[in-house]
Amino acid sequence: MRYLGRTLLHAILLLAGVSILCFLFTEMAPGSFFDELRLNPQVSPETISALRSRYGLDQPLIVRYGRWVRSAARADFGYSIAYNAPVAPLLWGRAKNTLLLTTTGMLLTWLISVSLGVWLAARRGRMLDQAFRIASSFVISIPEVVIAVALLAIVVRWRLLPMSAGPLNGEGISFWNHLRDLAIRMLLPVTILVFVESAIIVRHVRASVLEVLGTPFVQAAHSFGISRARVLFRFVLPAAASPAIALFGFSLAGLVSGSLLIEVVCGWPGLGPLILEATLSRDFYLVIGGIMLSALFMVGGNLIADVMLLAADPRIRTGALDAR
Amino acid sequence: MRAKTAILIAALAAVHLTLLCAGFIAPYDPATQNRELPYAPPTHLHFHDASGWHLRPFVYRWNIADDGYVEDKSHSFPVHLIVKGSSYKFLGIFETTCHLFGVDPPASIAVFGADGFGRDEFSRVIYGGQISVAAGIAATMIALLAGALFGMIAGYYGSWTDQSLMAGTELFLSLPWLYFLLGVRAFLPLHLSPVRTFFLLTCVIGLVGWARPARLVRGIVLSARTRNHVLAARSFGASDLHVIREHIMPEVLGVLMTQATLLIPRYIAAEVTLSFFGLGVNEPVASWGNMLSALQQYSVLVSYAWLLTPAVALVITSVIYALLADVVQSRLEFSQPGN
Repeated sequence: MRYLGRTLLHAILLLAGVSILCFLFTEMAPGSFFDELRLNPQVSPETISALRSRYGLDQPLIVRYGRWVRSAARADFGYSIAYNAPVAPLLWGRAKNTLLLTTTGMLLTWLISVSLGVWLAARRGRMLDQAFRIASSFVISIPEVVIAVALLAIVVRWRLLPMSAGPLNGEGISFWNHLRDLAIRMLLPVTILVFVESAIIVRHVRASVLEVLGTPFVQAAHSFGISRARVLFRFVLPAAASPAIALFGFSLAGLVSGSLLIEVVCGWPGLGPLILEATLSRDFYLVIGGIMLSALFMVGGNLIADVMLLAADPRIRTGALDAR
Repeated sequence: MRAKTAILIAALAAVHLTLLCAGFIAPYDPATQNRELPYAPPTHLHFHDASGWHLRPFVYRWNIADDGYVEDKSHSFPVHLIVKGSSYKFLGIFETTCHLFGVDPPASIAVFGADGFGRDEFSRVIYGGQISVAAGIAATMIALLAGALFGMIAGYYGSWTDQSLMAGTELFLSLPWLYFLLGVRAFLPLHLSPVRTFFLLTCVIGLVGWARPARLVRGIVLSARTRNHVLAARSFGASDLHVIREHIMPEVLGVLMTQATLLIPRYIAAEVTLSFFGLGVNEPVASWGNMLSALQQYSVLVSYAWLLTPAVALVITSVIYALLADVVQSRLEFSQPGN
């Protein structure tokens, strides 16, 4: 329990640190949202300075940060100048789409990775295992942007996917049609996500299962005549779960931030395009909000992983791993 | 193992040499436009015509027909090696007009086709590679230098220095790097001269990535500090600087090597990603990222497959670096005192 409290406090301090870092960077930034206006001869400098003071941009850093913290306490997280609205509802509207995409992707990834990883570990050294090892190291070394663009090119070029034209929020169409529409829309981004992530996770799952398969207690279990399947599922998998759980925490951590590129490439209306637009239009509070939200998931994901590890692995509870 | 290493290093050297001698290998200037031939497909090399087979390949000009480009077979233009073309600075030092290959005008040779402005894609891939790869290497240097410096300080001096620096690394590691990169980029001016953009970009990518090398280096320094030979050296009155230089640096260098082979392709990809988003190096300067960003339009993506060549170049570079990282890593494990 004390351990939990300490990690929680740590997480909060970390988030505070992230926000301070963001504000320090805004202080160093030479531009602002109103830079474009300055080029317009019809807008007088007085107007711009009035606008700046209206949004509090002329205040010193400390004051701005204080205001932002107060607004964060009201769950607004600042005010987006471009959208003329508080940041939090804007982010949330988009984050829902992102989470829909990434949770689907994550579930599929883990379903595929765990089964494939265990299967490959059980038949290590055979052709398929070798082939997968080479293929996955190839996929891992290719930058995500290339994978995304290449898959998109393949899909678009050969018309592998039907086009969907329904509204994203499902207004005016039946539930089933909406579901079908959504599935079609999500197919490509989810495929890219699963493709990129599972290449890494399968390797880790395979490695950790293999490591346990080589230990004396598993050999002993085999020599007792316990069936291979029973040894695998009853003894090996629980012992091999720890690294996978830590990795699962990373997956959770990347729920908001992991799909930015894919969203932009596939035109998925999630957080990614919003933050990219905000970056291009220098809408600082929106950018900071996006960073904070993804950092929140990052820290939260790691926290959950810690808790899950604590629950799953008795060696951590007793501190046996630290003593070793 | 040794043969594999040699092949990899040769491949790596070939890629970098190609990029270094971009001006010589590329037949055209990367910014020269040919508005009459937008999206011209790759020029076909021919060896055979009505008069029989030829040893020297030749090309035809493109004629614009109703349904795209067709070859104008009335005149053939032989491909020559070592030709005079647009002037450039070889290795950035002396000016010359000598190119590796080319054809006589009015024909043009575009091995990888042309982009929307009729610019030669092959030349742009090579010149763009210069920018992207240089950005990756420079950013890696920055990250490793900062990481090694802070890591060594933290590991060597311990106590509150260590704690505060490690808190810093944790802060940077808990940030999702692409969001953070976008964020930091948001706080920099958008429209800059290409040279300044390049420097800012490498600084940003490098500074975002200092945390992991710093942690690794700290770990090594911590373990090295308690080794017997280091303790002995200190008891003989060796200065901090001496101990770091003579006993700790060699071990750190190995880790920095592996980190470099891992980070360079990642940071090349980071530059490509940022430029792809339009936040990196701007037109007309070519970079693999801003070349790929043309593919964000579906119509371009569908019709002009040759515009994917920067992606192919990026994949080749990344795979070579990844294989090299494997080799370096296994060598380092082999030579570590523990094993």
